[in-house]
Amino acid sequence: MEEKKLNRGDFWSGLALAALGIYIILEARQWDYLGPEGPGPGFFPMWYGVAMVALSAYLAITSALGKSGGDGAAIDWARVRRALATWLSFAVSVALFKVVGFVASFALLTFFIVAVMYRRPVRVAALTAVLSAAGFYLVFTLALGVALPTGPLGF
Amino acid sequence: MEVLTSLAHGFAVALEPGNLLWCFVGVFLGTIVGVLPGLGPPATIAMLLPLTFHMNPAGAIIMLAGIYYGAKYGGSTTSILLNVPGESASVVTCIDGYQMARNGRAGAALGIAAIASFVAGTVGVVGLMLIAPPVARFALSFSSPEYFALMSLGLALVVLLAGRSLVKALLAALVGLWISSIGTDLFSATSRFVFGTMDLLSGIDFIVVAIGLFAIGEVLANMETREEAQMIAVPKGLRNLLPTWQDLKDCRFAFLNGSIVGFFVGVLPGGGSTIASFLSYGLEKAVSRRREQFGKGVVEGVAAPEGANNSETGGALVPLLTLGIPGSGTTAILLAALVLWGFKPGPLFIPENPDLFWGLVASMYIGNVMLLVLNLPLVPLFAQVLRLPPYVMYPIILGVSVVGVYSESGSLFGLALLAGFGLLGYLMRKIDYPSAPLILGLALGGGMERALRQSLMMSEGNLSILVSRPISAAILSLAGLVLLIPLFNKVNAWRLQALEQE
Repeated sequence: MEEKKLNRGDFWSGLALAALGIYIILEARQWDYLGPEGPGPGFFPMWYGVAMVALSAYLAITSALGKSGGDGAAIDWARVRRALATWLSFAVSVALFKVVGFVASFALLTFFIVAVMYRRPVRVAALTAVLSAAGFYLVFTLALGVALPTGPLGF
Repeated sequence: MEVLTSLAHGFAVALEPGNLLWCFVGVFLGTIVGVLPGLGPPATIAMLLPLTFHMNPAGAIIMLAGIYYGAKYGGSTTSILLNVPGESASVVTCIDGYQMARNGRAGAALGIAAIASFVAGTVGVVGLMLIAPPVARFALSFSSPEYFALMSLGLALVVLLAGRSLVKALLAALVGLWISSIGTDLFSATSRFVFGTMDLLSGIDFIVVAIGLFAIGEVLANMETREEAQMIAVPKGLRNLLPTWQDLKDCRFAFLNGSIVGFFVGVLPGGGSTIASFLSYGLEKAVSRRREQFGKGVVEGVAAPEGANNSETGGALVPLLTLGIPGSGTTAILLAALVLWGFKPGPLFIPENPDLFWGLVASMYIGNVMLLVLNLPLVPLFAQVLRLPPYVMYPIILGVSVVGVYSESGSLFGLALLAGFGLLGYLMRKIDYPSAPLILGLALGGGMERALRQSLMMSEGNLSILVSRPISAAILSLAGLVLLIPLFNKVNAWRLQALEQE
């Protein structure tokens, strides 16, 4: 059962990379392969595209046959969910840079990580968020003059 | 004599107050990075790289190199006190280091780790100083086919040693090559793989990929759990941190073994400090008269791997600076740094930039002395860094990553890519794809394509130019052999055993 789960990762990643390889080959076919002055822009991508399709097809097929040589480790979905929740909060925070600026968005991200992901009291989370955001503003914006996305309040 | 004159010139550069300060900053940060599990030198160097663009290049490379070799010193602290390696190069140190700590000898273990690191680190710099100039002179005769062959060999070795599955490592390298092709082709001005987006015309910044894969990917992987490890207390007072005279006598061969094995594994592209420390530990155990005690807390079991992973840094700089071939994720980022500052690592790097090369070499001697001081009397202070709660540390890493990328790209598109590569880095960890081949494929992709196309222009499209020149043919044959190694069961078993240590 565990073996099957791991092979599934190899199988789907093999398929995804095979699709990428086919896309690379199709794109490369639109560019010169060999010109009068030597290889064109399609030469190198064509070769690694073909290699990618061949290797990923091998990976997908061997994993489908249960021969991809995985160690049988099962995926702990609770752990994966925690990591993906963190990634989602980071992605939302990046999207918010344009709207509220780096400082406010970073403070919100920190608050989420401390309060939700680590289940610390709201007071601790708020303090950590405010101090971290203020620290970044002082060090990078004021002291080092690094231009960061600003919000309606100018920071 | 010429070496000594050049070294004296290097010390004049390294002892300038500004450079001395950057050396200290580098080794200090390196020690902290080494101590902190979950934050490695590639992530730190990638995050700090954009901030170095306004610095004097000598100061910048001295600082980044300081982080690189300083982290090797700090890595042993968590291995010994927590049984959690601060970075992959210190995995082997856990075996005997943690046992020594449990036996009440944490101070001696930390002390011998620092001394072995100092001895072997210094030997590694001597090796770099003596070997790099002749290698560079030899490489002056290289042309595009030889460079293509060398880069292929470097990539093949990294693929061989980076992942449990050779197919996955090769696929990761191919994805790196693809990312390096995105943007405008400089030979023909053709836009490749830009998905109709203007933002991709100039390609994807190396920094975005490196920070995404290493820093964000690492944070996400560490965020999977809320658990915090329990630390063994660090003995107070310098006397309790110094190994006994008997310990030093027991480690005589370990110092030598770590220094030599580490340096030569470092010179080999793809070797890396984890392999160096593993090999050195294995050799030490094989020749020891008390090999049955290995794993129960013998001091040589700490000295050999810690020496090897420090000596390796000197060796790894040889192919990087003289051939422009990085052998690991960290040296790939250092290569990108040198290129972004306007330098071209290769055979002409040393004669064209003596201040930079010899200044770096001299700073590494100075840095090793600084690290010995930082890691002997001050190790209890650094151990306090481990008390920094993860819920404070991880948002800071995410914030520094954002600042690093935005200060370089100046666009929110760059940050969106950062989030994407962060997710990719995490997924690669989950489904066991190594990151090092991808980052190396990206670092070498542009150069490989250029060298291949220039070679074929020289031969008017005839591929035989790659195998008709003796050096190129020999190196390409070696690269082919390297990729065939997994077919030999015995060697492959050794390779997998080495990788299991990571």
